[in-house]
Amino acid sequence: MRAYTPKDNVQAKPYYTDRFYISPQVPKEAIENDAVFAADLAAIKAKFEVSDAYIQVGQMVVYIHAKNNYGVLELLRDELEYTQLTEMSAIDWLAKENKFEIFYQMLSMNKRKRVRIKMFIENGQAVNSVNELFRSADWSEREMFDMFGIEANGHPFMKRILLPYDWQGHPLLKTYPLEGDEFAAWYEIDKIYGKEARDIIGPELRDPARVDRYDSERFARLGFEVPKGTVITGHEPKTEQSYQEEGGVFMIKKFDKKSSVVIDDPQR
Amino acid sequence: MAQHKINYTQDGGLPVALTSIDKIVNWGRSNSLWALTYGLACCGIEMMASGASRFDFDRYGTIFRASPRQADVMIVAGTLTKKHAEFIKRLYDQMTEPRWVISMGSCANTGGMFNTYATVQGVDRIIPVDLYLPGCAPRPETLQYGVMLLQKKIRANKAGNAQKPKRLM
Repeated sequence: MRAYTPKDNVQAKPYYTDRFYISPQVPKEAIENDAVFAADLAAIKAKFEVSDAYIQVGQMVVYIHAKNNYGVLELLRDELEYTQLTEMSAIDWLAKENKFEIFYQMLSMNKRKRVRIKMFIENGQAVNSVNELFRSADWSEREMFDMFGIEANGHPFMKRILLPYDWQGHPLLKTYPLEGDEFAAWYEIDKIYGKEARDIIGPELRDPARVDRYDSERFARLGFEVPKGTVITGHEPKTEQSYQEEGGVFMIKKFDKKSSVVIDDPQR
Repeated sequence: MAQHKINYTQDGGLPVALTSIDKIVNWGRSNSLWALTYGLACCGIEMMASGASRFDFDRYGTIFRASPRQADVMIVAGTLTKKHAEFIKRLYDQMTEPRWVISMGSCANTGGMFNTYATVQGVDRIIPVDLYLPGCAPRPETLQYGVMLLQKKIRANKAGNAQKPKRLM
């Protein structure tokens, strides 16, 4: 069993005290353990420079140089039967070594194998688009630009895909706060009402569980409703909540529980 | 002669009922609340279920309309993203007055569990809301009870032009 830790004030603390916890790596195997992967790697190495290669969780990972990405993927598609680009994106290593890691996840239906091509680029450097080779790269490269700010040279429509065009910042960067920077916090207010509305509408309330029973501006205690802005004393009269007024409504019958009949017998 | 002398003010006379303008107008308004379909996320599924045969919103005279110009009440059912915020404002402005807004579910009320950069933290930051429905997602019964409470709220108001239009700012 896991050792007991005190749970006092646990919501105030983040769950992991170490914010930069790095989980243990899955063990790596040598390429020679798999004949298909060994042949593929030899074919790549014959034409391009490979800095590192290993097998992890049954998939080959190959590190290449960033300028060769189009050529390597073309080789994989045309000669090595890796016909699908199932996923591609980037990883932010800016804090560690001021670099982005780009990965291309390839699938071969004939060989029943998956290969991951990886490469590093500098901060601010663009990559070659592989949209010409794989149509699936179209939206993935736009998403990479949206989330990391990495541009793909030769892409036909290099614009944001998820966030609005006038957004500032790239949210998957590790320096981007989850709750958004100041631009994100005021985005909709600035756009719809203008910056001068910030004082009137006020900042976002970021705690959805926040309840203040003495705040009659934002909260109403069920059954004890008072007009907005009233000072709460704790001696508010009870107001019965009903969907219809006591006197009834013109031409509409009110459901009366007392005069209604509950049918117990389903075979009636 | 006057054998058919009729007391107009009593039941059983000619079909005449006396009431006030406020009451008859509000009776009409509250019992034909046409709702703008605004299913943004999973709450939209519950909203659709409310309109379908099992829960049957037509009993209340609530019929879902696909155009804001034909709708009286906007049921914001789901997570409002910041990208979408300008469109909800535009659709709200296109609705004819008097108009009402029901904020359905935690996401529309406060942003809910989406404490992120891309979610509007409560639809009341964009448009004025009349009724908040708690729940994630609220059952169709909750939505129907909410509509009944909204009908009660409409009946409590004056019907004439003296009613001030709601503005966020």
